[in-house]
Amino acid sequence: MEKRYLRNENMLSREENLSLRDKKVVVVGCGGLGGHIIEQLARLGVGYITAIDGDVFDETNLNRQLLSSIENLGSPKAYAARDHVKKINPDVKVSGIYDFLDETNAEIYLSGHDVICDALDNMSSRLLLQKYANKLGIPMVYGAIAGWYGQVTTIFPGDNILGSIYQGGSNKGIEQELGNPSFTPALVASIEVSEVLKILTGKGELLRNRFLMINTLDQEYEIFTI
Amino acid sequence: MQIKVRLFATLREGRGKELFLDFENEATPAMIFQQLAIPEEEVAILLVNGMDGKPDQTLKDGDTVSIFPPVGGG
Repeated sequence: MEKRYLRNENMLSREENLSLRDKKVVVVGCGGLGGHIIEQLARLGVGYITAIDGDVFDETNLNRQLLSSIENLGSPKAYAARDHVKKINPDVKVSGIYDFLDETNAEIYLSGHDVICDALDNMSSRLLLQKYANKLGIPMVYGAIAGWYGQVTTIFPGDNILGSIYQGGSNKGIEQELGNPSFTPALVASIEVSEVLKILTGKGELLRNRFLMINTLDQEYEIFTI
Repeated sequence: MQIKVRLFATLREGRGKELFLDFENEATPAMIFQQLAIPEEEVAILLVNGMDGKPDQTLKDGDTVSIFPPVGGG
């Protein structure tokens, strides 16, 4: 085993570490959440990462989006994700897809992966993601942020958590008024990655049928069983 | 009857974290939204005693209603 994974070895066995090299994770969205998720998956040594985003970086992304820089404003986020992963871990086979997920391409882009990681920024796209995760039989980790607040849950095929819990209504949330800072994306992304790792290795207890609500303003962390 | 209301994130502003509301005869989550001036479209998740709830469901004495605004960013 290469030295780069030595610090992963006390929490994952050598076999578990090596098994990650054969795993395929797709990250949908390469913005605030996606940047941190992709970085962490690459450093863990997840063998195949697909990064999907149809957007390009603009100046308002610089306050929080790990992959954004002054040099790459105007460039596709998905390609920045691909290039970043290549720089930090050449073991990882990474593809960047510069496109938005929709009904016509979701099945093509998502199929063949072991886990789908949600890093989207609106509810209708997340419902679309859940629909195709369900259809393809792939577990999905959901994460959302707004200002001081965040949410994470893990959804297995058939669970349909988002459809049952959401009352409907707005496609966007309180992030429209609060914006998003640098730290909530990193926090929620890290929890999402811990869920991805547990799905891939079968370790620990997942947030399945459980909704984690994060409030960093009052430092309250609460899990609701759904 | 008394209903415990737990508010989350921005819904706490000007209302507080936890409230106890008294109702004479019937109580529903929709009545709570109205009393607290929370527009229904600002309610993304509604839990009654920790389970998925509906705005028009009948509540009973001692129930806990948790209300969450939409969080959608990434």
